[in-house]
Amino acid sequence: MTSETDHSPGAHGLGEAVAARIERRWATLSIVIIGVLVGLAAFFGIYHTTMPQGRVETADPTTLHLSGEFVESNLGSVLEVDGSVTVRAIGQQYSFTPQCLVVPAETPITIRATSADVVHGFLIEGTNINTMLVPGYVSDLPISFKAPGEHMMPCQEFCGIGHQGMWGKVKVVDQTTFRNMAASKRRLTCVD
Amino acid sequence: MLINKRLILAHFWLAFIVFGAALVLGAWQMFERSPLNVWHFNPEFYYRSVTAHGTVMGYVFPTLVAMGFGYAISEAALERPLVGRRWAWAGIALVAIGSVVAMIPVSLGLASVLYTFYPPMIGNAFYYIGVVLVVVGSWIWVALMSINLAVWKRDNRDKPVPLAMFANVAGSYLWGWTAVGAALELIFQIIPTALGLTTTIDAGLARVFFSWTLHAIVYFWLIPTYIAYYTIFPRAIGGRLYSDAMGRVAFIMFVVVAMPIGVHHLFADPQVGAGFKFMQSVFTGLVALPTLLTVFTICASAEIASRLRGGRGAFGWIGALPWKNPIMLATALSLVMLGFGGAGGLINMSYQLNTSIHNTQWITGHFHLIFGGAIVIMYFAIAYDLWPHLTGRTLDSYGMMRTQLWLWFIGMIVTTFPWHYVGILGMPRRMAFYDYANPAIAPQAFSVVISAFGGLILLTSGILFLIVLIRGQFAPRGEAGAYSFAIPLHMPARIPVALNSFGLWLALMIGLTIVNYGYPIGQLMAVKNTSVPAVYVGASR
Repeated sequence: MTSETDHSPGAHGLGEAVAARIERRWATLSIVIIGVLVGLAAFFGIYHTTMPQGRVETADPTTLHLSGEFVESNLGSVLEVDGSVTVRAIGQQYSFTPQCLVVPAETPITIRATSADVVHGFLIEGTNINTMLVPGYVSDLPISFKAPGEHMMPCQEFCGIGHQGMWGKVKVVDQTTFRNMAASKRRLTCVD
Repeated sequence: MLINKRLILAHFWLAFIVFGAALVLGAWQMFERSPLNVWHFNPEFYYRSVTAHGTVMGYVFPTLVAMGFGYAISEAALERPLVGRRWAWAGIALVAIGSVVAMIPVSLGLASVLYTFYPPMIGNAFYYIGVVLVVVGSWIWVALMSINLAVWKRDNRDKPVPLAMFANVAGSYLWGWTAVGAALELIFQIIPTALGLTTTIDAGLARVFFSWTLHAIVYFWLIPTYIAYYTIFPRAIGGRLYSDAMGRVAFIMFVVVAMPIGVHHLFADPQVGAGFKFMQSVFTGLVALPTLLTVFTICASAEIASRLRGGRGAFGWIGALPWKNPIMLATALSLVMLGFGGAGGLINMSYQLNTSIHNTQWITGHFHLIFGGAIVIMYFAIAYDLWPHLTGRTLDSYGMMRTQLWLWFIGMIVTTFPWHYVGILGMPRRMAFYDYANPAIAPQAFSVVISAFGGLILLTSGILFLIVLIRGQFAPRGEAGAYSFAIPLHMPARIPVALNSFGLWLALMIGLTIVNYGYPIGQLMAVKNTSVPAVYVGASR
């Protein structure tokens, strides 16, 4: 816009057309950007099967300790016949049971967990393993660890005035160590 | 033309007073949970404080700003006195009473459940009843905005609704409908349990209802900021709005796609299946579109203003902008924070990336940057812009305003960047304190200390803001002239009906919400045995 601007309607119309054209280009670019981002999420969701759990399962928190898969004697890690590992755990104010999970590296693992009272969270630091524990529902999560090591496992959801003390631990051991442990005990934990 | 100045001022003053109080709590929380605090308080005080901070900053403060600004827009843009003045006073009275009713049990430690409620934890019933009163008060505003528009339209057939009012009414509809999710949760689930009428509650269902409100509420907070971008900023810097129609499109998109996306807050929840999580993730992508369009329009409007002032060159025009003008500065800083916050938001919307940062300090950093940063800095700008018109007195402490805005920006960056970083390290949110002596947590300590200093900078800026406003109340009288909004570069000769009315868009808003929420809610209501015993919190139980 200079001082020599032509005030005839033709020039005004021209300016408006230019403005609209630039705007349309930007809108198109924006749609493409968002399309690419959504497409990427969809592609990796399907290609790497990184999807949220498919179905909704329930578990009654008032009878967890009496029967079903979350009775205390069934909590911890178990080596399945196909070589995979299933870890069952519960969260309650203000701890996890078991408080220390032991799992093998380089092995497909399924976490099955729920809450015995209020909403808790299940986060393993240094990984992207992260889920909610909602009382009444079962969280089912396929995970794996690349290497042995130790990870902190805090509750990541406000669960009452003791929330800051709700920290568990995950101990990742190598496959042989885990097999040796599993040979002598049916349900494994690293609670000392 | 602003007639009901006292009504509008009352909204802004109440908003900024509660904002100041909640800001003090926020700064204390930053210190309390940092390694600087060597002597721990009772952790319950921390959660009490977070509940108050969240309730005020999330429900009371932005609602009052939207209401007060909404009344101002209605009178100034439609050029007629507000219809329903008494109802408006009743609305703010309800918000004030509701805030007091909610805050009494919170300060007594009877409702430390945080502003997101978290059933099956159940606090004192008056906390929830107070929140409902605040929402009901704001619904009076929603009704008044649509009545005022209808009255104006009756006398001004075939005229385009001024953009400011169009956006304002869009925001009110968005809020009216998005508040329904939390209202359902409170009225049908939480309050009956808090009153002892039932003893069990479906926590999963409650989380789904809440997610309906929890995401779109951010767009309700955002609308006054976007109105300021489109209708105040170009005028304040002596330019023109690049495109009036694109503004309408952006606000319509917020109305339509802000609601059916809240399930992205539940990506990690077991009570919603994969299908609807994906669907709502896609819609979350769509809601980035109005922001991308807005950023373009606002930058283009700034360029127009600069070239009118003699700015030259491909980038040289940026230097020629009126940087000493507080509105210019606030908008630029706001857009920078919106850029960082928006980029974080695009990360959160993807299920895969979200698992790395879900419920970590990253999330707290994210929404403080977007809301506390990009949005609230424009609330300051709105107040600075409106104040002389409301008080009839000059507001010319420009140096102080610029310092205040810079401090807010720096404080927000210093607070939220380390917050994002420790989130990536896996630091969980909402904890009263951390064991920094633990070697696994020790590396996060330094970042948390930096964040705590950011909180102090923000508090300083907030105090400065209140000082500027108070000085404005006692400044010499001065005629500010009529309050006006930015004029578009090319005023379209004719506005399509679709960009001048809401019928179609409201139908889509409600329809899409029902499609995207109907199945998850229906499924949870059909599944048996998902109600769990309530866990009552509070000292006296």
